[in-house]
Amino acid sequence: MNGTAMNGTAVGDDVKRPAMLASVRELSVRFASPQGAVHAVNGVSFDLAAGEVLGLIGESGSGKSVTLRALMRLLPESRTRIDGSIIVGGRNVMSLSRGLLNEYRGGTTAMIFQDPSLALDPVYTIGQQIAEAIRQHLDVSRSEARARALEALEMVRIPSARERLDSYPHEMSGGMRQRAMIALALAMKPRLILADEPTTALDATVQIQVLLLLRELQQQMGTSAIFVTHDLGVAAEICDRIAVMYAGRIVETGTATEVLRSPRHPYTQALMASTIHGSMRGQRIEGLAGSPPDLARLPAGCAFRARCTRAQAGCADAVPELLPHAGHAVACHVAQATQPLRAVPA
Amino acid sequence: MFAYFLKRLAFVLPIALAVSALCFSLVYLAPGDPLSAVLPSDASQETIEQVKADYGLDRPIPVQYVIWLGKALQGDLGKSISNGRAVAAEIGNAIGNSLMLAVLAASLGFTLGALLGIVAGYAHGSWLDRLLSTVAIAGVSVPHYWLGIVLVAVFSVKLNMLPAMGNGPGGPWVWSWEHFSYLILPAVTLSAIPAGIVMRSVRALVADTLKSEFVTGLVAKGMGHATVFRHLARNIAPTALAVVGVQLGYLMAGSILVETVFAWPGTGLLLNNAIQQRDIPLLQGTILVLAMFFVLLNLIVDMLQPLFDPRIRRS
Repeated sequence: MNGTAMNGTAVGDDVKRPAMLASVRELSVRFASPQGAVHAVNGVSFDLAAGEVLGLIGESGSGKSVTLRALMRLLPESRTRIDGSIIVGGRNVMSLSRGLLNEYRGGTTAMIFQDPSLALDPVYTIGQQIAEAIRQHLDVSRSEARARALEALEMVRIPSARERLDSYPHEMSGGMRQRAMIALALAMKPRLILADEPTTALDATVQIQVLLLLRELQQQMGTSAIFVTHDLGVAAEICDRIAVMYAGRIVETGTATEVLRSPRHPYTQALMASTIHGSMRGQRIEGLAGSPPDLARLPAGCAFRARCTRAQAGCADAVPELLPHAGHAVACHVAQATQPLRAVPA
Repeated sequence: MFAYFLKRLAFVLPIALAVSALCFSLVYLAPGDPLSAVLPSDASQETIEQVKADYGLDRPIPVQYVIWLGKALQGDLGKSISNGRAVAAEIGNAIGNSLMLAVLAASLGFTLGALLGIVAGYAHGSWLDRLLSTVAIAGVSVPHYWLGIVLVAVFSVKLNMLPAMGNGPGGPWVWSWEHFSYLILPAVTLSAIPAGIVMRSVRALVADTLKSEFVTGLVAKGMGHATVFRHLARNIAPTALAVVGVQLGYLMAGSILVETVFAWPGTGLLLNNAIQQRDIPLLQGTILVLAMFFVLLNLIVDMLQPLFDPRIRRS
């Protein structure tokens, strides 16, 4: 936010966004495993302006959830190697001390987990779990923390919020649990929300309610958000910008409308063809053949080429760079060669 | 909550009844004639019939059971065949001694087991975890009586620090070092197995719980190690409690060998003597009391669990 010094600019910033809240540069994450190093994230860079919502999109294993967890340093330290830089709110997250890290987690940046029935402690009440987080970050009394926990539950419009303070997670419905999770995340008024497929575990009818609530609260509070999802419909609904990930790399990024209206990368195009949201009535839905590559043995060149219908001989030679291209940015040799480049304002 | 307690209580009654029937009939399933131990080998048929009638052994077994159970409920477990004393009184004396031993062994074993289990669970997969797990397996695998004999050889024979046998220098038990010193070796010996079992259970519980998503959730909201541990402890408490309850039962009932090695006058030694002398009323009574103790412990554990786990409480 406060004029973070940045060495280099993430590509795809085709709109001038002066107030940067978060800036990630060349993030790479490797896990130690018996099969050798697993390259989960490979050089991801992006910026996030205050109040902006970025959608990370991709299949399971594309590195989107790992990227999100790296932003909060939630990955097991003993087995993980993280390189690159993560700046949030002017602070270098990678070098935070234990004490500052605990201030940052939940205070500056809060996470909404995919499955609240797993991410909430089953033997503590919702009220206890929100109040203890409030007391961790703010110097308030027990009763004050409880009062603020109640406010948070009312903010997410949980019915009979006062009684729900003393409910255990198993006594609530899935949708209500996720509302409680959102209340917990927003109670400390974070500047950045990390949402890891927050509606995937919910019924279809509840999904859209929770999504719209999240969008509304995010706009009201002016919070930035990174939204991980594999659902393009969800992304279209709430994201300002989108980054499509494949095998731990961003392969296409730009504003949500740009990317979804005119996808350039064959992977993005295949993703759109395989969803119901993107298709017209009567049009065939095509599944994406094959599966993502083994992250312990990444192929040379473009990681998508084995599944790509437009792959050419040159695709095996070098990893395509993410370059500005026709309104947004794409990492594909074929797309870059066949479409005219368009100038990107600096 | 109250309904839960009633339900638990209702479960206990048939279990207790079945256990008592099993205790009673076990003795008849064993080969050999109980009377041969008390009667001279050349006793006349009349004498045998007479003794049988005295002990009620001439009636059908189900009738014997009902009579025995009726008396047992009034606290009368019959008379010992070998020395003629009331079985209830014999058990009463012994159970205090066993309880003292079991409580000390439990405190030692559970504290050590829980502490090492927590350390190993946090250090899951490291060399420290492997070292502690090896020690725990050794604790579980080593035969108690062998460990007892080794401890006696070292601390009583070689170092002459602690007494090897009995429950005191004579006279009634008083809380003094002199009396207490008799407790140490049997208690340490007896604590080895529960320490190992509790350690392994707690280690697995801690390691599993640390991997669960709600722990990540706690870290993600900025909670420190102490708070995470508090949540962890509360989550594993119900299961750990169940393990501890079962182990406490084993300590009471399973100390036959240890009590025999140390000549500790508890229920284990009593049971051993009853078996050796084919003293059926004493055997039945002791097994019944120990089995009821086990049932009671499990009931207590069942009653305590909902205090830690709301999912049991309200379901």
